[in-house]
Amino acid sequence: MERKIRILIAKPGLDGHDRGAKVVARALRDAGMEVIYTGLRQTPEMVAEAALQEDVDAVGLSILSGAHMVLVPRIIELLRANGQDKVIVFVGGIIPERDIPELKSMGVSCVYGPGTSTVRVIEDIRGMIDARIQLERE
Amino acid sequence: MDWVGALQSGNRLAIARLLTQVENDTPQGRAALDEIFPHTGKAHLVGVTGAPGVGKSSLVTQIAWACRHPADGKAPRTVAIIAVDPTSPFSGGAILGDRVRMRDLSGDEGVFIRSMATRGALGGIARATVEAVQVLDAAGFDMILVETVGAGQSEVEIASLTQTTIVVEAPGLGDDIQAIKAGILEIADILVVNKADLPGADQTVLALRAMLNLGGSPAGELHHGFPTEPETPARHAETDVGWEVPVMRCIAIKREGAAELLRMVDAHYQYLRQSGELRQREWGRILLAFDRLVQQTLVERWRKSATPERIENVMQKLYRRELSPYQALDILVPETTPRLEVEERQQQR
Ligand SMILES: Nc1nc2c(ncn2[C@@H]2O[C@H](COP(=O)(O)OP(=O)(O)O)[C@@H](O)[C@H]2O)c(=O)[nH]1
Ligand SMILES: [Mg+2]
Repeated sequence: MERKIRILIAKPGLDGHDRGAKVVARALRDAGMEVIYTGLRQTPEMVAEAALQEDVDAVGLSILSGAHMVLVPRIIELLRANGQDKVIVFVGGIIPERDIPELKSMGVSCVYGPGTSTVRVIEDIRGMIDARIQLERE
Repeated sequence: MDWVGALQSGNRLAIARLLTQVENDTPQGRAALDEIFPHTGKAHLVGVTGAPGVGKSSLVTQIAWACRHPADGKAPRTVAIIAVDPTSPFSGGAILGDRVRMRDLSGDEGVFIRSMATRGALGGIARATVEAVQVLDAAGFDMILVETVGAGQSEVEIASLTQTTIVVEAPGLGDDIQAIKAGILEIADILVVNKADLPGADQTVLALRAMLNLGGSPAGELHHGFPTEPETPARHAETDVGWEVPVMRCIAIKREGAAELLRMVDAHYQYLRQSGELRQREWGRILLAFDRLVQQTLVERWRKSATPERIENVMQKLYRRELSPYQALDILVPETTPRLEVEERQQQR
């Protein structure tokens, strides 16, 4: 059985819009990936717990509430505490330009604003995961 | 790596990673399965199946919740859930959304939830699911719930790998009931009419009971919508009537009927053990799983042994009627000397 890319798409925080998250989830599925979708209003603990149990390669966080500077570091902290320090984290939603460098320094690989093409998201994820698998092999 | 130690100490990262290895059928996964296999066979394996949207995930959640919060002062049981969803035949990808309904279980260390895609093709679901169950069994979970979408064959597959099979229906299916009847009657140990808050629940219960031909049997009696007492296994043993499939009502979103359902699940397990049927089913289960493994392995080996060009070449001849199917078979799948004979001959030398 071939290795499949497994991705958690999560919506932490209190905003109730998951259209964007669902669009990305479907695009990733159509690109041949297995997408675990957990629904709205997840706490950081719930996100990390799902990422752990599902042993995902990447976690995509959709955040529209503006609480990204609180939610993202907490989730990354929990992922690391669980031993999942190699999991790729990407963030989508309404993220002001000025916050991006700090998010990246926390360990976020990519940040996507509204209107990002899903093709780009898929290419990025594939590229990062392939690179990681290559590294593991060496 | 000491997988048994890691699993039994409740190392959740180890459980999750081993599930991935097993699903991807890696050499490490196979080696780990060899190691853990002697430690399996302890969990109660419960399958939950039914059409999409009937409330399987919600119900599985409530059964697990009832295990974790027993009303009768018993010790809580640990639960693992495997939720299987179909792989898209077009892309090979999947959206696994069962966790959306399982929020009630979050933050509970006594619960482990894993989503799995069918990954299509020959025995894939069967093999990977059987092996995922082994991992969770060796990890010491008391109950393992496997949710699968009921669609023809997969219903039968799930029943062949679990001990207690729950088939879930929802009101308003009406005529559809006839369509699923054949499969259901074969495999259900317990029938549940979920969404009993919706109109038409009574008719669905009646229709299912009629199909099961329960007549006035005690297990089928409903009292205020819920079965009174689960039939005691002793009664089965005495009268030797076997297990009579009960039809139960639940309202998973209101957590109604779940404790009763769990009691029935337990009663069925006890029945299986006391009647000796558990050993019988286990024997059948092992034979079937091994048979599938043999088929899958032989096909894989054969695919590796013949190049696509060679297959193409022979197929062309078949197409041109230069070869018959059996002649093509002789060329592509020649009879080989079974390894045992070879080894015997070697020993004789
Ligand atoms: N009215 C009602 N809706 C329910 C009940 N149980 C589940 N649902 C809803 O049915 C839908 C499908 O449930 P889900 O558990 O995902 O079904 P599955 O596809 O069989 O796993 C969801 O919207 C649930 O909220 C119930 O007892 N009553
Ligand atoms: Mg479901």
